[in-house]
Amino acid sequence: MNVTEELAIETERYELFERPRHFGVDRRDFFKRLGGGLVVLCVAAPALAQESGGARRRGGRGGAVPGEIDAWLHVGKDGIVTVFTGKAEVGQNIRTSLTQAVAEELRAPVASINMIMADTRLTPYDMGTFGSQTTPQMASRLHKIAAAAREALLDLAADHLKTDRASLVLGDGKISKTGGAGEVTFGELTQGQKLVKSVTHESSATPATDWKIAGASLAKVDGRDFVTGKHKYSSDMSLPGMLHGRVLRPTSFHASLDSIDTAAAEAMPGVKLVRDGDFIGVTAPDALSADHALQAIRAKWTATPQPSSVELFDYLRKTASASGGRGEGRHTGSIEEGLSAASHKLQATYTVAYIAHTPLEPRAAVASWDGGKLTVWTGSQRPFGVRSELADAFAIAEENIHVIVPDTGAGYGGKHTGEAAVEAARLAKAAGKPVKLVWTRQEEFTWAYFRPAGVIDVNAGVRDDGAILAWEFHNYNSGGSGINCPYDVPNQISQSHGSNSPLRQGSYRALAATANHFARESHIDDLAAAVKMDPLDFRLKNLTDPRLRAVLEAAAERFGWRGAKNGGGRGIGLALGTEKGSYLATCVEVMADKESGEVKVLRAVSAFDCGAVVNPNHLKNQVEGALVMGLGGALFEAIEFENGMVTNPRLSDYRVPRFSDLPKIEVVLIDRKDVPSAGAGETPIVCIAPAIGNAIFNATNTRLRSMPLVPGGLND
Amino acid sequence: MPKVSELNVNGKAGPIDAEGERTLLSVLRDDLNLTGTKYGCGEGQCGACTVLLDGAPTRSCQIPVGSVGRRKVITIEGLAPEGQLHPLQQAFLDHDAFQCGYCTSGMILSGVALLRKRKNPSEAEIIRFMDGNVCRCGTYQRIIAAIRQAANKIPGDAK
Repeated sequence: MNVTEELAIETERYELFERPRHFGVDRRDFFKRLGGGLVVLCVAAPALAQESGGARRRGGRGGAVPGEIDAWLHVGKDGIVTVFTGKAEVGQNIRTSLTQAVAEELRAPVASINMIMADTRLTPYDMGTFGSQTTPQMASRLHKIAAAAREALLDLAADHLKTDRASLVLGDGKISKTGGAGEVTFGELTQGQKLVKSVTHESSATPATDWKIAGASLAKVDGRDFVTGKHKYSSDMSLPGMLHGRVLRPTSFHASLDSIDTAAAEAMPGVKLVRDGDFIGVTAPDALSADHALQAIRAKWTATPQPSSVELFDYLRKTASASGGRGEGRHTGSIEEGLSAASHKLQATYTVAYIAHTPLEPRAAVASWDGGKLTVWTGSQRPFGVRSELADAFAIAEENIHVIVPDTGAGYGGKHTGEAAVEAARLAKAAGKPVKLVWTRQEEFTWAYFRPAGVIDVNAGVRDDGAILAWEFHNYNSGGSGINCPYDVPNQISQSHGSNSPLRQGSYRALAATANHFARESHIDDLAAAVKMDPLDFRLKNLTDPRLRAVLEAAAERFGWRGAKNGGGRGIGLALGTEKGSYLATCVEVMADKESGEVKVLRAVSAFDCGAVVNPNHLKNQVEGALVMGLGGALFEAIEFENGMVTNPRLSDYRVPRFSDLPKIEVVLIDRKDVPSAGAGETPIVCIAPAIGNAIFNATNTRLRSMPLVPGGLND
Repeated sequence: MPKVSELNVNGKAGPIDAEGERTLLSVLRDDLNLTGTKYGCGEGQCGACTVLLDGAPTRSCQIPVGSVGRRKVITIEGLAPEGQLHPLQQAFLDHDAFQCGYCTSGMILSGVALLRKRKNPSEAEIIRFMDGNVCRCGTYQRIIAAIRQAANKIPGDAK
């Protein structure tokens, strides 16, 4: 387990300013809270912790210190296994997959395992749920903790049953003697005990080849709560005496407040006006009264001139830094030499628009003060990051802040920050009562952050026999994730450059890998066309990575690439890629109707390899969902803005994929039990856009180089 | 709009005290604590707030509570009052037809409304009927499969 890896924040997570804090552990606390039993902690190994002060850590602040705990579990006298992790469930089904890790090692019924997640008072510090790290990092740690618990329980059982460990069998939360001569439950074994064990990241766990519960298609562990409406998201929380809040927003980004008249709002019954510098908000007994009060405020703002979406790409290029840049990069060989040996040279520019995450649950928080202590329920991928923001905003110690993240109505990388939490807490503090604040969809579309827009220049050369000889790739603004060319090209430069982003930008599922894969896989297709090779054959010729070849061949096979024909508006396209330790290939078939301008994706097949598969059905669900989500950014999603204001901040103006956009989707999973599991929430999104672009090219002979590809149809 | 003093929700008429111009969504969530019905967009575009009004799928964020009158409101909490899941709820579980689950209440109620109108809807009919409900996690294919499964399991008169 590589601690350094986890602690390094990818530099393009622009929205983050990380200040790790530590979980103070009073070991007696475990038992005070949960009663006697067995506790197993996962601590970073001291040696690794010391190594982790390396170059990739930001300013050497925080990180793993010897003895820092990442996760722990408790086996109580009732046999209930309670697991504590700071990770957040945002729809990726990690509550289920992490439960499987524990059930696997303990051979305990899934129903006896209770996951406490994303709660800054109860769970150990966690940097955040992002970067596809939960499965490779947290699941692996929970395997180790649970394996150690199992071993401790076997020791206890050997004593209890007065036999040697070799004769014991574990199953269904019980340990029995082979031959049926006695058995004992976990609860009986832990009764009256106050045992604390610890494991390190180096401890061992059951290999994937022996998995029985991990690796199986367990249903969402608390699925029933979701189909009955019982689950409480943060926006569903309610406290006695709670008020509803709204916040006054400027009329444009970076506008400054000139004058304000709040008399009418303040005269409304039950309304309290809150003013703290430029922060202006209201509270009222119900949401409608809060709306009315907000509308009654007369405010004048002075706008700041700023770029609009029509000039965006020129602006990004103009403000780009010449070198340095962000993210990874590669430089090998000589582009000049490669190009001069090439038979065909191809230069093109690709662009990618800003898009919004649009999680269906907008940012929301319920905040409550008790003296100097603050409790906040909020939907977030970074409960501990939100706690730091609150500590900064109110200048109080983190010990006095409790952030609770109920399983959240999605994030997609868009909920790394704590705006709603800070605003709700500010309103609650002024009102002297608990306050709920739910961002409107329009606020979500305007005052959250966006997936970065970008401009990408590609210059490449290919020899007549199909060998790519030169590859030069520059990304301006959108970032360096997935920027490296996976093909065997002797002369390469891949470089990401920072620019001034007119809009607030941040993480989005797969970060810049979507933009970089779009440009690369589109350009690769053009190179194939230049040498008159089939796009599949061309890629195979230039590719040696066995896992990439395997997903490409699997997707092409399932799709029926070899026999497929285009014509009559139909076209096929494919793309491949690798990012965050997983491998993807996607084939699509589109109908591109030149007459009506309509583009419909008829079919999509993705083959995906993320190492040992933890839950095949949920993994397929992620891959399918990523394809659907990616379809929006590929075809029509774009944030438009002018004079510092988003001009399409509503679902009626900003089109997201719907039932009628759905292609027939097939997913092929390549289960590599010999390889550690990688995360899977992000990478499956990266190939759909270039595959569609390539299919449109196949159907119409028109190459589209901007995402979204057809916001106004083919003829726009 | 006058105040509303009574609302029939999930099979029971009960007293409420709400300004008539407030949305049905807000009254269900904030006054009756029926939080299974969700706010998603506030303009009837996402379907997360869907409830049944006399059996018809209705965007509760768009309808003032004052205009509900004597019509019967069914929310997700009222679909399985006895703890026995509706066949469509069960089908959502069987197909893992959700990820974050925030759209699920609205999806299920829209689906129930469809199955009341059409005993065995075709895929094209499902897509047309459900197109106003958004799932950002992208589980549409599973939702279609769940509706088809439920269609086969609901006896004719129980819809």
